Amino acid sequence: MTAPNHRRRRFKNALMQVFTCVCAVLVTLPLFLVFFYLLKSGIGAVNGHFFTQLPAPPGETGGGMANAIVGTFELLGLAALVGVPVGVLGGVFLSEYGHSRLNWWVRFAADVLNGVPSIIWGMVVYGLIVRHGLGLNLFGAQVGLIDRGYSAWAGGLVLGLMMIPLIMRTSEEVLRLVPNGYREAALALGIAQWRTVVQIVVRTALKGIITGILLALARVAGETAPLIFTAFGNQFWNRSLADPIAALPLQIYYYAIGPYEDWHRQAWAGALVLLLLITVINVSVRVLTRDRFSQRHS
Amino acid sequence: MAMAESDPNVAGTIPRALAGRRFGDRAFKWFTLLMALTVFVLIVLIGCELADGSHLALRQFGWRFLVSSEWDPVSEQFGALPFVFGTLVSSAIGLIIAVPLSIATAVYLTELAPQWLRQPLTIFIELLAAVPSVILGLWGIFVMVPWLRVHLFPWLKGAFGFLPLFQGPIYGLSMLAGGIIIAIMVLPIITSMSREILRSVPGLQREAAYALGATRWEVTRIAVLSYAKKGLFGAVILGLGRALGETMAVTMVIGNNTQIAASLFAPGNTLASAIANQFAEATGDVYLSALFELGLVLLGVTVLVNAFAQLILKTFAGPSVTPQN
Repeated sequence: MTAPNHRRRRFKNALMQVFTCVCAVLVTLPLFLVFFYLLKSGIGAVNGHFFTQLPAPPGETGGGMANAIVGTFELLGLAALVGVPVGVLGGVFLSEYGHSRLNWWVRFAADVLNGVPSIIWGMVVYGLIVRHGLGLNLFGAQVGLIDRGYSAWAGGLVLGLMMIPLIMRTSEEVLRLVPNGYREAALALGIAQWRTVVQIVVRTALKGIITGILLALARVAGETAPLIFTAFGNQFWNRSLADPIAALPLQIYYYAIGPYEDWHRQAWAGALVLLLLITVINVSVRVLTRDRFSQRHS
Repeated sequence: MAMAESDPNVAGTIPRALAGRRFGDRAFKWFTLLMALTVFVLIVLIGCELADGSHLALRQFGWRFLVSSEWDPVSEQFGALPFVFGTLVSSAIGLIIAVPLSIATAVYLTELAPQWLRQPLTIFIELLAAVPSVILGLWGIFVMVPWLRVHLFPWLKGAFGFLPLFQGPIYGLSMLAGGIIIAIMVLPIITSMSREILRSVPGLQREAAYALGATRWEVTRIAVLSYAKKGLFGAVILGLGRALGETMAVTMVIGNNTQIAASLFAPGNTLASAIANQFAEATGDVYLSALFELGLVLLGVTVLVNAFAQLILKTFAGPSVTPQN
């Protein structure tokens, strides 16, 4: 090996270090740009009125997004009612019971579902509920479960359905981390298997399961496209879950593409609040699970 | 269904003798099975609802829907070609920008960066992945598009104006703007997936290359990248699946024009943006049905691409690498 060759190789090494570093900076750059402009354009409109007032009529200045903020939390609550039980129990099945081939297919289907564009979910729930309403035909008698039309029910359902595969996968993963000895010890004491699963295995993994649920909620909290078809948005307070309901992402979208300067200001403010909400969930989850993460990193 | 006692891959298995045969055990097991099976129910539900919603258009236009470029709500003639074209072009732009950047970043994160920098950078990328599409779209409309219109696009036109891709009037809202937004959306997805793949490369690979006297970059190229090639390809395909279905941010910056134009400066439309944008104004049954058929096309493409990506990733790494979303 000659010296010049060696120098060339060292040079190439340094060059690639710099190149990949520049790429890493470019990849994270949008995050900082988005945060910077959200703070710059949004902070001015985040005030008491923003959190307490209804949107102003078109063309008038002022008003707030109180109904959209509350609406987002209502929708997330409804979504959790659908997504959490199905997702967690599905994860329990994958980790505690099941057959490796069936499990492979369930996981595969869940991963494919995670890749279904959110707008498709919106269309599905539109077709399922908004268009015709959801009812049961019990012995010839029609029992209406959800009336037709845009509603908070439909919005909550679509977000909940989207959470199912997310929660199922994360729950399965953390349940698998529970040592087998726990299960064997419980069974050796004569505890029924289902109680072992619920009271020992799920309890041990509870922190991880909650982490997965929070991340799933943070993920769907910003979804807009499916809500266009289901929750629809509302300029006023939602009086009944069977009525259309406002949500932060929807309000941001309508205001951003609207013609008024003041709407744009409000859209920035709404985006700032929404992003802070999502970031706080994400960061606090990371702090909660730091032990696990640092173990995996070292 | 038989329990897989002898299967070492299933964490919770226990000898049959210990498994309670009580009613509660059975009921609980079957109940969780039912919950796990909902993923299949959901897949069937998605397919059925979209097929049901689009049956009018399916019957009226047949296969012509896919190749016709006419989209005229007034005379109720509908063809998906402009949207298929727009989806493919914007996703291609997105991937051309995002793939080299993401893979280089993943390499930096796993192989080349100093230890203290790795975790903060990873967290930044995960936070970028968590930015909702609508917020990126808002930023796109008011910050990125004006900047593109004033700075980048005129420069591109001056430098590469001889190509038909960079000719014509500059509006700002354009196919290229849509592609750039898609790139920003898929950057964190491909990066974090690639990072997982690179981390799953056995350390012995690296040590062997170091022992031969390779520099850090040479180790990365010879021992890591060539080993992980297939997995990285899977990560890119996963990113493609996401790019094809990206909706809100794209809708807000792509200009929503139903025409096939050679220029990337011209406004365009994608399958997803057409649905999001026109849904509220779809009055006729046939119009709505045509939008549902656009959704059916989008679903078909994304499910195929995603299934392909999952198969690649699963055969590459086994269950240890889980796709991040």
